[in-house]
Amino acid sequence: MSNLAVLPVVIPFLAGILATFFHKRITIVRVFSQIATIISLGVSLWITYYVSQYGTVVLEMGAWQAPYGIVFVADMLAISLVVAINVVATACVFYAPVSLTEEKERFFFYTFYFLLLTGVAGAFLTGDLFNLFVFFEVLLIASYGLIVLGNERVQLRESLKYVLLNLFSSMLFVTAIAFIYSVVGTVNMAQIAERVQVVEQHGILTTIAVLLFFVFATKAAIFPLYYWLPKSYAVPNPVVSALFGALLTKVGIYSILRAFTLIFVHDPEITHQLFLWLAALTMLLGAIGALSTHNVKLIVTYNIIPAVGFMLLGIGLLSETGVAGSVYYLIHDIIIKAALFLIIGAIVALMGTSNLKQMGGFIHHYPFLGWSFFIATLVLAGIPPFSGFIGKLLLIQGGVEQGEFALVIIALFSSLLILLSLMRIFIRGIWGEKDEEMAVNKPLARKFATPVAFLLIFSILLGIGAEWFYPHVELIANELLDPNVYINSILKE
Amino acid sequence: MEIIMSILAGILFATGVYNLLQKQILRIVIGTGLISHGAHLFILTMGKLKTGAPPILEYGVKSYTDPLPQALILTSIVISFGVTSLLLVLAYRTAKANGTDNMEELRGTENE
Repeated sequence: MSNLAVLPVVIPFLAGILATFFHKRITIVRVFSQIATIISLGVSLWITYYVSQYGTVVLEMGAWQAPYGIVFVADMLAISLVVAINVVATACVFYAPVSLTEEKERFFFYTFYFLLLTGVAGAFLTGDLFNLFVFFEVLLIASYGLIVLGNERVQLRESLKYVLLNLFSSMLFVTAIAFIYSVVGTVNMAQIAERVQVVEQHGILTTIAVLLFFVFATKAAIFPLYYWLPKSYAVPNPVVSALFGALLTKVGIYSILRAFTLIFVHDPEITHQLFLWLAALTMLLGAIGALSTHNVKLIVTYNIIPAVGFMLLGIGLLSETGVAGSVYYLIHDIIIKAALFLIIGAIVALMGTSNLKQMGGFIHHYPFLGWSFFIATLVLAGIPPFSGFIGKLLLIQGGVEQGEFALVIIALFSSLLILLSLMRIFIRGIWGEKDEEMAVNKPLARKFATPVAFLLIFSILLGIGAEWFYPHVELIANELLDPNVYINSILKE
Repeated sequence: MEIIMSILAGILFATGVYNLLQKQILRIVIGTGLISHGAHLFILTMGKLKTGAPPILEYGVKSYTDPLPQALILTSIVISFGVTSLLLVLAYRTAKANGTDNMEELRGTENE
């Protein structure tokens, strides 16, 4: 049954190839994509069940034994994230026909969309550092295609910077892999971890760790490497922004989580202390950025950044509660960020403007979307009983346990700033006076509402059902904190 | 030999970064190309250069070239080739649509 591990990568990949063949028959390709995405979601749920019953699934490509061949590893963390991204993908594929023009759909939107999913799922599942790079490239090239889809002047301009920056950090990634290979003589993550354990972590390995962190931090938009993110995520279509905001930065965070709980754990005074302060600065400056603008799309994109800070905080703490908080927050954030982007996309499309000063009275015409934005705000800011609260509670509890009170206060303060920045949209743009002359398009709003409701239900379940989810997250955190679990599951005799 | 290769890779990185910091788009694209060549040379050097031995491991053979860096470098070259060609097309379209190839003028304004 070890072939299971490759299915979340193969299904979207084949679907992407098939979608190119009849790209001009839009109705067919829409229905086909929706079916393929639902199949992918079902399969990943099944694999999750299998992994929780029988333990980690390891696929050795071509039956080459683990350190020599390429491995795919579906452990609880990876497969839970795959389920989360498939939930988002399902919502987005139903949202896409409403939000995109037919011309954009015809220009291979669905192909790029499936290749993006392939890349993200592959990056979560691979157990090999070089393949991580390759899957990063797969998802980045798909994202280059998606970000320029539409061919507007602003899009071309911002995507050029996005491509350049990602290309540069990818080249640094290759260099870091070359360094690691020269020091430990392998690119298999489990074997790297094993050898680092044996030789102890010397200065050279810490240097490589920081270089690798720089690469992942650029992808994850951590302070001070987030300057490229807000504009380039705000220019594409809302459904593309939702996919990016939900998936791309999370791949960076996942890689940091994997590398710095598995490989570079023997010298935490340097790296993990650095993470804590970078996390604090990321949270603060991201939230301040969200307050600095009147463009609703930019406000929401800026909100990606503090969320990344929260996850990094848990990794830096390197305690059971902290890592569990990070994992919980990661899964919660994938779903709620996508929901928030989809709602904002609907609001901008229905109001015809993204300038907060020109909005008002949205909720009188479209009560469901207005209230779902309110709920999404509460979820994101971490108001109980929603899922953001559980993640933040765990992170803050972890911080208090380690005596990092300054960081805890910064985290709480930046949560307040996040709440303020989104409440500003709600009070000024969505609440307010009823505008009788506004053109109302109820059927369109209803089409927008379905995927949003789907994501919100998941998000609320994650909060209310915390008692049911928490044992799994705790299990994942325990597995992460003991590198030997991962090493033994791959390099078993 | 490894020392010379490392210095060469360093020179490629330095010239690449210098070109990345220019304002003209085409120079920036050339800069990324140079950096990726530097990175590829690095991979090759890290597997230890040996002269006159095939990348085959057999019993009793002491001198062999490490095949793994060559596999890695091949993948990496293909990726950087693809991305560079995409980047050139993108740079061309951007310059045409915006009427300039100067990065200073491509900054954009608030509220778009």
